[in-house]
Formats: sequence, C-alpha cells, structure tokens
Amino acid sequence: MIIESNYVSTLTFAAVNSEASFASTQKKGAQGIIDEITASKLRGCGGAGFPTGLKLTLMAKEKTHPKYVICNADEGEPGTFKDREILTNYAELVFTGMAIAAMAIGGAEKGILYLRAEYAFMKEHLVAVIAKCKVFTGFNIEIRSGAGAYVCGEETALIESLEGKRGEPRNRPPFPIQSGYLGQPSEVNNVETFAWITTIMSKGAAWFNAVGTVQSAGYKIFSISGDCKRPGVYEFSMGTTIAAMLNAVGGEGAQAVQMGGASGQTIFADQFSRKIAFEDASPGGSIMVFGPQRNMFDVAENFLEFFDEESCGQCTPCRKGNVQLLVAVRKIKAHLQGKEMCCKNKEQAHGCLERLYSLAETMQIASKCGLGQSSANAFLAITKHFADDIKCGGRK
Amino acid sequence: MTDIKVTINGQEVSVPAGTTILQAAKQLGVKIPTLCYHEDLCTSGSCRVCVIEVEGARTLQASCAYPITAPIVVHTNTPKVRNARANILQLLLSEHQGDCYTCKKNMNCELQTLAGSHGIDTFKFGHVSWENKDDEGNKKEPCFGESNAPIQFEREKCILCERCVRSCTQFQNIGVLGKCGRSNETHISTFKDLPLDEVNCINCGQCVNRCPTGALTERDDTDAVWSALEDPTKHVVIQTAPAPRAGIGECFGLTPGIPLTFQMNTAIRQLGFDKVFDTNFTADLTILEEGTELIIRLYKALVGKDASAKVPQFTSCSPGWIKYIEHFYPEMLGYLSSAKSPQQMFGAVIKTYYAKKFGIDPANIVSVALMPCTAKKFECDRPEMCDSGFKDVDYGLTTRELAKMIKESGMDLPKLPKSDFDDPFGSATGSGVIFAATGGVMEAAIRTVYELVTGKKIESIFEKANIIPIRGFEGVRYAELPITEVGAVPQIIAHLVPNWDWLEGATLKVAIAHGTANAKKVLDDIKAGGKFSECHFIEFMACPGGCLGGGGQPIPTSLEIRKQRARAIYDEDMAYAVRKSHENPAVLELYKEFLTDGPCGHKSHDLLHTSYTARGKYIR
Repeated sequence: MIIESNYVSTLTFAAVNSEASFASTQKKGAQGIIDEITASKLRGCGGAGFPTGLKLTLMAKEKTHPKYVICNADEGEPGTFKDREILTNYAELVFTGMAIAAMAIGGAEKGILYLRAEYAFMKEHLVAVIAKCKVFTGFNIEIRSGAGAYVCGEETALIESLEGKRGEPRNRPPFPIQSGYLGQPSEVNNVETFAWITTIMSKGAAWFNAVGTVQSAGYKIFSISGDCKRPGVYEFSMGTTIAAMLNAVGGEGAQAVQMGGASGQTIFADQFSRKIAFEDASPGGSIMVFGPQRNMFDVAENFLEFFDEESCGQCTPCRKGNVQLLVAVRKIKAHLQGKEMCCKNKEQAHGCLERLYSLAETMQIASKCGLGQSSANAFLAITKHFADDIKCGGRK
Repeated sequence: MTDIKVTINGQEVSVPAGTTILQAAKQLGVKIPTLCYHEDLCTSGSCRVCVIEVEGARTLQASCAYPITAPIVVHTNTPKVRNARANILQLLLSEHQGDCYTCKKNMNCELQTLAGSHGIDTFKFGHVSWENKDDEGNKKEPCFGESNAPIQFEREKCILCERCVRSCTQFQNIGVLGKCGRSNETHISTFKDLPLDEVNCINCGQCVNRCPTGALTERDDTDAVWSALEDPTKHVVIQTAPAPRAGIGECFGLTPGIPLTFQMNTAIRQLGFDKVFDTNFTADLTILEEGTELIIRLYKALVGKDASAKVPQFTSCSPGWIKYIEHFYPEMLGYLSSAKSPQQMFGAVIKTYYAKKFGIDPANIVSVALMPCTAKKFECDRPEMCDSGFKDVDYGLTTRELAKMIKESGMDLPKLPKSDFDDPFGSATGSGVIFAATGGVMEAAIRTVYELVTGKKIESIFEKANIIPIRGFEGVRYAELPITEVGAVPQIIAHLVPNWDWLEGATLKVAIAHGTANAKKVLDDIKAGGKFSECHFIEFMACPGGCLGGGGQPIPTSLEIRKQRARAIYDEDMAYAVRKSHENPAVLELYKEFLTDGPCGHKSHDLLHTSYTARGKYIR
C-alpha cells in the first residue's frame, strides 16, 4: 500500500489556550474542578478508562500529604505515538492539566512527568515549556525517565521505577491513590488525560459529553498505523464505528484491526460495525490496520515476541506463559505450512489448542498486572478466528 | 477501627482492616496453598499459587497480598481457581529442574509437595531435567560464578519466588542477592555476577533456610567427613554446638523443641567418630576470655582513660556477624572482642592440649564441628585460624548435614539410647547451652561477670539465675544492671585489676541485637552517639533468633519454630547442675594445667584470640 501522507487531523487541543483555562479554573476551586470533570464523563486515556472525575474525588478524600501528580508519558505500547504528538505540540495543556489536578486533589506539592526513555530528545523542549508555564506557583513539575522497559508504563511499575527500583508492578490494593510514589497518595494519569482536563476546564463539560456514547463521552486521540493510506494521529468522537474510522484513514479492505496496541483487542472484518468505545471496541491509544495480505499468525508471533521480551519476569503466568504461547504460535505456523506436523490429527490439534486456551485464560486472570493479563489477547483472538484452519493443518 | 466481615467459602469471619485474605482463611481453617509467601518476609505476591476468587473482581487475587479493607466474599476452590493454580504449578515445573531423587531437598521441597497435593501427573508445559538440560530452550547460563563458598546455588532449580532476595535484602539488610534480566531470562544474581565468595555475602544462610526448592543449599562437606571416618590412621573428633541438638529432631519428624542431645552422641559414635565433645565447654571458656577482656577493656577505658580501648565491646561468636562488620563497618572492628568463637577455641584446644594429654599426633586429628551455621564453614577455612600449627577445625557440618549422615547410616535418631559427652571436657554448664539463643551469650556473661565483681550470687537478683529481661525475640534489646557493691578480685584475674572500687556504684549497660538488620540499627546508633554508644557490652548474632535460627538448621523455619527451639534450650539450661561458666570444673582445670597464665594471658592470646580483616564493601 502506498502511503499518501503521514497525517495529523485537526485536534481540539490546537484551539485551547492553557493560560486562560488555568486562570478561569482557579476561580472554580477544588470542588468546582472535580464537579466539572465528573460531569464531563472523561475517562482515563491510557487504556483502562478509569473515570477521571472519580479518581480526583478519591484523591481529594485522602488525608495524607504530600500528594503527587504523576503524568505517565511512558508511551511504550506498540503502535502508539499520540502522546508524542501531544507533548511535542501541546505540552502546556498537559502541564496545566497536572496543575489543575493538583488543585483539585487539595494541593499536590510536586508533579512528575515520567518520560519514555526513547523520548529523551523531547526533554529539553519540555523543560522549556515548564519554564514558560509561570502560572502555577508552588507546584513544581519534574521530568524523570526510566531505562526503557515497557512494563514501566504500568502505573505501579512506573512508581517503582521513579523510586529508583527495578520496574516491577506492585500488588494492588493498595492502589496508587492510597499509597503510590514514596508511599504517598499519587494521581497517575496519561498525557492525553491531562490535556483533556485543561481542555474541558476551558470548553466545559457539556461541550465534551455532547458527543460519544452513554458510557464513553467526548473525543479521543488515536495513533493509527499499518495498512492504510493515511496513517497518523487522529481525533475521533467516541462511538465512531471501526468502518468509519477505516474510511477516514484509507484502510478500507482491511482483514482486521488491532485496537489499543499489542495488548488490546484484535477485531476482524466481520465486526467492523462495532463502535470505538470503552463498552465496545475499547479504544486504548492506538489502532493498527492489517490488510488482507497479512498473515495474522505473523502478527501474533510478533506481539508475543514483544511480550516475551518485555515481561518483567516477576509473576509466574506472565514470565513463563508468554514464552509458551510464543513457542506454540511458531509451531502452529510451521504446522499450517505443512513443515512440521506436531499434531497428527484434528483431535490432537484440538487438545493442543484447548491446553493453550486454558493457559491463556490463566494468564488473563492470574497475572499480577495488566501486561500478563492482556498479552494473550491477540493470540486468543487470532487462533480462535482461524481455529478450523489449525485443526485441519491448513488443508481446508 | 471496627472489624470487617469476610466470607470465605460460605463461612464468615470478622478481621481487623489490613488482614490479608490468607490470614483470614487461616483463622477459618481454610487452607490456601502458597509458595513465595513466607511469614518471616515481606509480601511478594509473585508466584500466584495462592490466587483465589473475590466476588466482583475481574481477575483472581493473590490471597497473601490482598489486604481486606471492605467486606468481601471469597471463594478458594472454584474451577477457575483450580485450573489457574494447576496451570501456574505446571509453568513453575516447566522452569524447574525436577530431578527429585538426586536433589538435596528431596522430601523437603515445597514445590514437590505442591505438585503432589495438586495431582500433577504430567508435564503440560515441558520439564527440565539433567537429561535435557543442555537442549536448546532449556540451557541456562549459571547466574553467577560458581565457587566453593558455603552457600551453593543451582539456577535450574530456582523458581524465582524471591524468598532469598527478600531474606538477604529486607530480612537481613545485606543485599547481596538481587534479580537480573527480564521475562524468561530473569534470574537471581549478585553484583556483576560475581561468585558468592567474592561479594559481600556473610554466609549467614538465611536464604538457604527459606528457599522452597533445592536451588540454595549449603556446601556439602559430608563426603570429606566420611572419608576421614573411614581412614584408620585418623583420630576423628567432633564438637557439637548447643543449637543443633535443639533442632535436629525436626529432621526426623519430631515437632520443634525436642532436644536430642544424648541420642545424638550415640549416633555420632555409631557413625565412627572417636570422641564427641560439647562445644559448651569452649562457650564457657569464651565467657572467661571475653569477660576478662571486657573487664580489662573497661578498666583501661574508665580508669586509664585509654582511648584505644573501645567501649562497648562487641561479642565475636557469630562468624556471620564477624564477616558482616568486616564488610560493612570495617572502621568499627576495634570494638570487637578478640576472643575466637567457641568453635575455633575448641579447635585450637583439641589440637594442642587434648593431643598432648592423650599422646595423639595432632597431624592425625581430624576435627569436625557440628554447627547450626553455614558461616562456620567459612570461619574454619579462615587462614588465620591455624594457631595450633594445623587447621584448627577441619570441617564444619550443619545440623542438616549430620542428620543426612545419620539417615544414610540407617539410624532413627529419636529411638537411639542416650550417651554422654567424652572427657576430658565433660558436659559443660547451662551458660554454655544458652549460647544458642539470642541473648544467651549476654546472659552467660552477666552471670559470670556479676559474680566475679560483686562476690554475690546472681540468684540474689535474678531468681534461679534466669535473666529474663534480656531474653526474648525482640530485634534489639537493652538492659541495665546496677553494681551497688563490689567484692574482692577473684584469684584467676587478680593479676589484671587491683580492685573493683572503680566499678562500685556503676551501672552496667548491655544490649543485644540479632539479625544483621538489627545489628545495623545498633551500629548506626553508636556512630551517631546514641543510646547504644553508652553501652559496655553488646551481643550480636547474624541470624534472627541467634544460633537456633542459624542457616544450617532444619528447614522450614518460622518465629514459632525458633521459639520452640529456644524453649528447649532454656529447659536444658535449667537441667544442668552447674549453670555458670566460671564454675565449669573442666575449664578451671584447663587454666590450671595448660593456660597457666590465666584468661587473656599469653598462652590464651596465642591460641584463643584472633584478629579481623577490614574487608569493606567489595568492588573488584
């Protein structure tokens, strides 16, 4: 496919004045901010979709000080690059959003932006933007980086990394709201979430939730890549169908899309009428388009190689499960190509698949963090979609 | 705070907020299998064996790591839980070299037990064994350099529960072991992957005590001891420390706290040892040497105002503690008593006094020490420990190693007849026995020093000579003992101090720390000029609980097990006719016949005292 352009759609962020937003927000006070954000129905943009207003409410209720506001800019999910765009062009919205959150939760002494190690080139620019944002006196934002582990995008691993430890997820509960950075209440949000906070405080909750579905209000930014003519960063309103999205990016004729990065959902063409919304095709930050020429088992193998590399190695299901699935998908590939017949007949292949499904389910429900809980998703979707092919050894 | 109602498998219980699901289940008698969980250690929640279902939660929860903060309904035995647990066990088995017959931990392995109790009858996700260890996919580089250190590690048996890392880092505050690599390559390692004998490892063996599999074990010296026993030209003697006798029964299926001192003597003789001695003899000797040194030190410091006499004096019985201070506080070595540990004193006495007395060529004596300790293996290998002209102690065996030798010989230890220790060292005193428990050295020292200084019986202030205030398991303990009146200086040390007037009205301040994490607190306090800098004498033990919690003791360990062993030790103390070191007739005989210039005299200095090495934190 010939790429026509690397595209960036017009983002709402371009029209927001962060200084003006902050100035007007200051008058509303902590409860005013929480009410506005709650009314907007904004949900976390990092993937999990936790209601932002509720998180602020819970943080405000915590009595312990100091409190920290942490921006998760460890954009490590394969296929995700929207935060890079936001930080490059709209960083002041992000920092302002952090300051607004700090006000809402009853005062945070410090903000930390955890910058993906690979985005180190941006640091100078970000420091300059912070210096320009004079508005929030008494609230300092520091930029910190890890060593580049994917798992540090998981908020508790991120906090461990901030504390100078090996980046490994913590047990939850307690959640970062109760005991986060240095054991103190910590508000951890994605880059985009903070930018939306500033935007909503400027344009109002009613403007935001005027679009979207009942459970997923407003707009969302996507990194779209893969087999489409116009890959890039897009803003869609929630509830947009996958088909409409594909039309917009020039991805018509795709056999599948991967929603929310390697750890997200694999959705095949028969379900392209589904809506991009938390309650349906969960949005995450990225969409990968797979054209009809792609071997989806290559995709599964590629994702599992990634997870096998990036599992922190702490909990058993993730440490040993990903490698099992990786070996399995390679065997399936060889099996489909008729190279290596590990299963002699349909029954054996069926038993083999059932064993792997059972393992995948264990990984999803028994892993310690989101990494292990979601790394089997693509494997499950793809092998189930092509189950008949696998059982017949590719001979239909 | 009010208690919170929890329902587990239909049964209700109210627990204080913060109680884990695992603890609540225990209260109800609901058993949840665990693996990475260890009650001595901080929570990990990494193995996922203890997962259970909490109603309303999308995923299963690790019961050991889930603090209850709101009413919840829990199910520990659902198809979902059973399936996940079986898969998790299978994954653990897929990375564990499960050659159980040939494993030192055979029949004492938590993974083996879990596999047995979960109906594992096939390897669903593969299996590592010595046969396929070198196949692609199973080959693993050793985590860190192999060495002859007392602690041995086999990566293929490690299942990454991190108990060793938590023992080393959190429990003991040393931090030699850590994790390296990610995902399937994750492994336990040391700084720069150096072998354990080239890093700051103090050989305490607390990691070995808590390893659920056979990944961490002690260096096995039993083959060398068997060879010596089989060699007719060798005169093989063994000294047995007090802690192993309180623990060894556990290796034979007894509940903790049943001492088998005299059955063990019989077993040792049947193994072929020529003599069996009681380390308590040199424990008493240590009290006289270390106590005298304390008196000299205090006299120099308090009367002579001699700044080179460092007070408080630190005990020096625990080889793990010695290596700890050499590595981490080398600038404080001056506080250490120069007295050797009882093991090394005995080694020196056996190859000199005993050899001469019985006309045996010391070159033909093989001196073995039964210890609760892995660090004792390092101690007897120290190059300076050759004051007899030979290696003072040839081999240090752990409690577990002796139990193994007894089992190999087909003996059922608890059923053996009893027999006593051999002369000329006889059975020692109750003071020697309590060396095995934290606070024991201090208690023995107080019994002796108080009587030597005041001329009064210790029973006049502590009923039955039991100094209860310094006993127990609190990490750091502190006590004061006022010396209201003084007596005459006893004959044995009359040449060292003219009188006790300088101690009249003084208050003896002592402290006890066990576990190096607690030792660190005390040392830092001394450096900062805190309360402990005003002490006169401090007992340090590397292992939590003292020797009875040593790295060479039976596995498993827990606070309750250590308490039971301590009870056995204190009961044994009460059974002795003589309970004070300075009243030990054999010790007094030794000073009369052999160490004729008395405690801390020239001869004892040559044989019974040592010096230390400022090692510092190792960086190659």
